[in-house]
Amino acid sequence: MATPLTRKLSINGTTHWVSVDDDTEPLLYVLRNQLGLNGPKFGCGLAQCGACTVLVDGTITRSCVKKMNTLNDGASVTTLDGLGRPGQPHPLQQAFIAQQAGQCAYCGNAMIMGALGYLQGRIAAGNHDVPSEDEIKQFLSGESPGSPLVYLCRCGSHLRIVRAIQQAAKEML
Amino acid sequence: MAGTISRRRFLARAGTLAVAFSFAPALAHIPSTVASAAGAAPDLAVDSWLVIEPDGSVTIYSGKVELGTGVETALSQIVAEELFVDLNQVRFVQGDTSLTPGDKGYTAGSQTIQSEGPKLRVAAATAFQALLALASQQIGVAKPALRAQGGKIGIGHNLNRARAYGQLIGQEQIQLTSDPNVTLKDPADYTVVGTPVPRLDLPDKFLARFTYMQDVRVEGMLHARVVRSAGRNASFVSLDASACASVPGFLQVVQQGNFVGVVASDEWAAIQAAKVLTVTWQQGPALAAEADLPQALQDPANIYQSGPTVPPVGDVDAALAGAAATREATYFTPFQMHASVGPSCGVADVRNAPDPATGIQATVWSGTQGVYPLQGAIAQLLSLPASAVHVIYAEAAGCYGHNGADDAAADAALLSQAMGQPVRVQWMRQDEHGWEPLGPAMVHTLRGGIDANGGVVAWDHEVWTPVHSTRPGGAAGNLLAGQETGALPPALGSPVGSGTRNQPVNYAFPNNRVTEHAVANFLMARNGSGKLAATAPLTYTFPRTSALRSLGGFSNSFANESFMDELAAAAGVDPYEFRMRYLSDPRAVAVMQAMAGQAGLSGSKPEAWPGMKSGRGIAYLQYENSLAYVAAAAEVQVNPGTGAVQVTRVVVAHDCGQVINPDGLKNQIEGNVIQATSRTLKEQVAYDANGVTSVVWAPNPTYAAPQYTILHFTEVPAAIEVVLIDQPAAAAWGAGEPATEVIPAAIGNAIFDATGARLRTAPFTPDRVLAALPS
Repeated sequence: MATPLTRKLSINGTTHWVSVDDDTEPLLYVLRNQLGLNGPKFGCGLAQCGACTVLVDGTITRSCVKKMNTLNDGASVTTLDGLGRPGQPHPLQQAFIAQQAGQCAYCGNAMIMGALGYLQGRIAAGNHDVPSEDEIKQFLSGESPGSPLVYLCRCGSHLRIVRAIQQAAKEML
Repeated sequence: MAGTISRRRFLARAGTLAVAFSFAPALAHIPSTVASAAGAAPDLAVDSWLVIEPDGSVTIYSGKVELGTGVETALSQIVAEELFVDLNQVRFVQGDTSLTPGDKGYTAGSQTIQSEGPKLRVAAATAFQALLALASQQIGVAKPALRAQGGKIGIGHNLNRARAYGQLIGQEQIQLTSDPNVTLKDPADYTVVGTPVPRLDLPDKFLARFTYMQDVRVEGMLHARVVRSAGRNASFVSLDASACASVPGFLQVVQQGNFVGVVASDEWAAIQAAKVLTVTWQQGPALAAEADLPQALQDPANIYQSGPTVPPVGDVDAALAGAAATREATYFTPFQMHASVGPSCGVADVRNAPDPATGIQATVWSGTQGVYPLQGAIAQLLSLPASAVHVIYAEAAGCYGHNGADDAAADAALLSQAMGQPVRVQWMRQDEHGWEPLGPAMVHTLRGGIDANGGVVAWDHEVWTPVHSTRPGGAAGNLLAGQETGALPPALGSPVGSGTRNQPVNYAFPNNRVTEHAVANFLMARNGSGKLAATAPLTYTFPRTSALRSLGGFSNSFANESFMDELAAAAGVDPYEFRMRYLSDPRAVAVMQAMAGQAGLSGSKPEAWPGMKSGRGIAYLQYENSLAYVAAAAEVQVNPGTGAVQVTRVVVAHDCGQVINPDGLKNQIEGNVIQATSRTLKEQVAYDANGVTSVVWAPNPTYAAPQYTILHFTEVPAAIEVVLIDQPAAAAWGAGEPATEVIPAAIGNAIFDATGARLRTAPFTPDRVLAALPS
């Protein structure tokens, strides 16, 4: 039997009390269907592609498998929707536009939110070096130490995505 | 009918200037007419409209759609150029059966820029000439003294006494048909076309402000999941929905024939209910075994038609018999997926009765490549007249051909009809991987003869291929839900040709024969009219297939350009020199030379990494034998111990005529290179007797068997160098597919160059490379 749950969450800086009938419902469906956020996308439901990536308390999180009952009360969730606005894009969004780093760009959420968590993680660890192209590729392939998550792009914008992340890193680090 | 809607919608508006144009050649012969508000509008079936609005902005009502490839931007550039307006004054309305009239076609096959571009250009120029005439009249100055810029026409350089387009039109309603003889802007004067304009759609996409198909929400919308059968040929026996009742939000199970769906008020509830629903299926006949594939495709029992792809040249058999040396080889490519990163989604709102004002009873949102063909198919599925079905295009994740988009729309339509409420169906990853129409597996045999001087005296290419297009085409039997509810695919017309893209080569050989054997995907018999048609119940012998980027071109070019390399090696001639012997078209020669120069073919091959073997391979083709010219060089590092292949560098020289947007074009070519590298090295659908077993991206505890994996970032060629050969005065050709076709042979030839291993079966997995290594 399903167990209902209510959680207080800070989503893109605004407090929301969200309720679900089934506490195993993944965060993705709450963000998209209750809060109308279109940044996180459904891609696989198995944490294999990255389309649903958000940050939870700064940690890269695959929201398609992040059950609501595993979120702390008061957890802070950042989605692509909350990063920047037209005219005021986040450096990553600016760099993706400048590098034209997408075609269908459905994976844009994966790449930008993954890169955000990656670069913020480097800053938190005191590493302010701009990552090399190889380091960025390893991160996006799940080959970075302690970071097994894979990010998939099907249109083949990979090289532009890597360049965009590096361009943004120069500004952020 | 569509034309009537258009006139009502566009021409009854004061203060607009509309130009009708068509893809149909017939319209080109109808002289331009200008009708005032009182005049009768000519009764034309048109594909598209270009409208200048009262505020001077321009709206393109396009039958073609943006699939994430950048055509919206490129088409807008063409219109902005001819009409002297800023790019931000151009709006693109696409793929709506109530707004974009008449087009029965699809956005596919690299066709949009080359087919719609020139027609839009003429339509925009027609509009501009009318505005110029109005300006001359209203300002009182002869046309040559007038100049246009930024949506205004005035006198001389400073645009004195300038009038904006909206002012020129005033309260008139002006309708024109495109004038094929209209004066066009000289390409030498272009300021927008040919420049690297940033894509218009990307900022919204990166700012999470773009509405993808997957983001479409409709008031009162329910959520559903389809529970597909346990096997491709399985039939429904019974279901037990008792466990669904404990899922909060579960509403109903809908079952019609072999179609089973669960509907809930909430998306997670639909997913959970689908999981706990128990359905019993009776398995049907087995599919041809994957392990037997090359042989099964060549089995005469599975072939329904054979014939020459193009008229043969010379006497191939005699030339082979008299050749100094002959070579024969068999090539194979497996079933592959579109593998969109966003699984297909459809939303439908099917009412109990038509809307009294519009006659619309079913509204369907879809990422389809063709709103009209889907409209007809959905109408059949729902037993409604086509005029009662309104299909609205919403851009989904990239599709690369006919993926699950149309099927998801059909699922939503069937479920909405059953529920009497709007329904959204989001396919799960396992639905997309498991049920999307696949790119066909193909087998090729090639025979070649060379003379004592190493010249090619005979070329013989036979291909065996299932069908490459089963798009909706107005038939419910082409939709998954249609087949599950008993509709059969339409009888076949003339199928030879569906898998033959780039099967012929553009090399001038004295004896040349190209043959296609069309393989049936399902059991068929001749119907009353003598046409081959599926027998009931529909029984698949091979997986369901349809159009995947470049159709047969990927596999045909893999075979052709690999075999060219084999003949070059047999003749002891450098592969570049060998190809150049048979190319005389100056544009073909130019792309080959550009590729050779950029790749440094005259220099030594790339240095091998420690413990690795390095090589370089090339390939050339002309897309569809008459369009874009493409030459590629690939560099590889092969690990002789593991068989692992890393493609390190790819050079592409590309001549697709006039370049509209060089950066957009490079982005497309890079995408072709990477996706085709993925297909060449990694991609193969795994399936068993009952259907596809590679249903996710990577093996995990639930799916332990081999899965359908695509290239990771570390596996992407580190350098992709694109040389564009612009032909500003030539026609613009499409670039969505040509570069896909050169990649597999370029990589295979590079592996041969590195190791002496000839790869004739894709994908080039480490075990296949190891097995092919000379001992």
